[in-house]
Amino acid sequence: MIRRLSILVSALAVLLPVLAVTPALAVNPDEMLSNPVLEERAREISKELRCLVCQNQSIDDSDAELARDLRVLVRERLVAGDDNQEVIDYIVARYGDYVLLNPPLKPETYILWASPAVLVVLAILAVFAFYRRKKRDGSPASASLSKDEQKRLDELLGSSKDDGKS
Amino acid sequence: MRFSIAVIPLVLFAALAGVFLLNIDKDASVVPSVLIDKPAPEFSLPPLPGREKGLSRADLTQGEVSVLNVFASWCIPCRAEHPLIKRLSREANVPVYGLNYKEKAPEDGVKWLDELGDPYAAVGMDLSGRTGIDFGVYGVPETFIIDGNGQIRYKHVGPVTVEVLEKVLLPKIAEIKG
Repeated sequence: MIRRLSILVSALAVLLPVLAVTPALAVNPDEMLSNPVLEERAREISKELRCLVCQNQSIDDSDAELARDLRVLVRERLVAGDDNQEVIDYIVARYGDYVLLNPPLKPETYILWASPAVLVVLAILAVFAFYRRKKRDGSPASASLSKDEQKRLDELLGSSKDDGKS
Repeated sequence: MRFSIAVIPLVLFAALAGVFLLNIDKDASVVPSVLIDKPAPEFSLPPLPGREKGLSRADLTQGEVSVLNVFASWCIPCRAEHPLIKRLSREANVPVYGLNYKEKAPEDGVKWLDELGDPYAAVGMDLSGRTGIDFGVYGVPETFIIDGNGQIRYKHVGPVTVEVLEKVLLPKIAEIKG
């Protein structure tokens, strides 16, 4: 009992510091807006914008200098009275659709957006085709042995019987 | 029927291999600029400390092709490309302007140019990096070719190499000059 307790305690001792670690925030306190509503919107927008230096992080996550500048810029635009879409358009006008972590739906991206659905439909069709053919090929008529097969089977069985006798 | 189905994976593989082959030389970190063939953004930057002339959009709309090179003293590749920017300003026969991007201290850029030589017709100091953002700069060095009407015609991201200078920038400038 005491032994079990000590194992539990040491397990906790190992785990607790790990669990207590919170993800490091890239957003510095001095960048934050005093207005919590605007700050919340700034965070929301920042999560949608790609950091061009690290490319697979949002500017909200990134420690890169440019990401910081863009976060500050986003907040400035919000304070100036832009709505969320206007802020995003402002950044897109400079860096292109590439900064959007969610690619927009437009003619250039139709293939991108449609391809998952198209692939699913194709896969379903393929599965159907597969089972239909299987059903057709595997019908009871063809499941039974053909004459030639039956004859050969008889021969084999017959010959093994013979072997048993002799 | 059976044969055509068997061919599908082969065709798909060939198509995929083709796409990979076409993209094998592309640098995925280079983001295509949306500003190509758009007017250069409005800006007006102060001169480097101790100098008289800064840089503004008006300098880029003088009716002749110009080059705008974004550099910073803290940027190692800028140091590497600097001799080639000098060559560019000698050989291209167009004004090469400098955008001194986000120095930690205002005099850093001047010291750097004093040490390495100054190929620029004029330099604007962008301490905040805001003009850089307006130009869609995301990694120095970057080099823009701008036509006489102030339209951005080409952008090179990363250090200019001998190959880029001779095979891309100089021919492009000649082509835009017409």
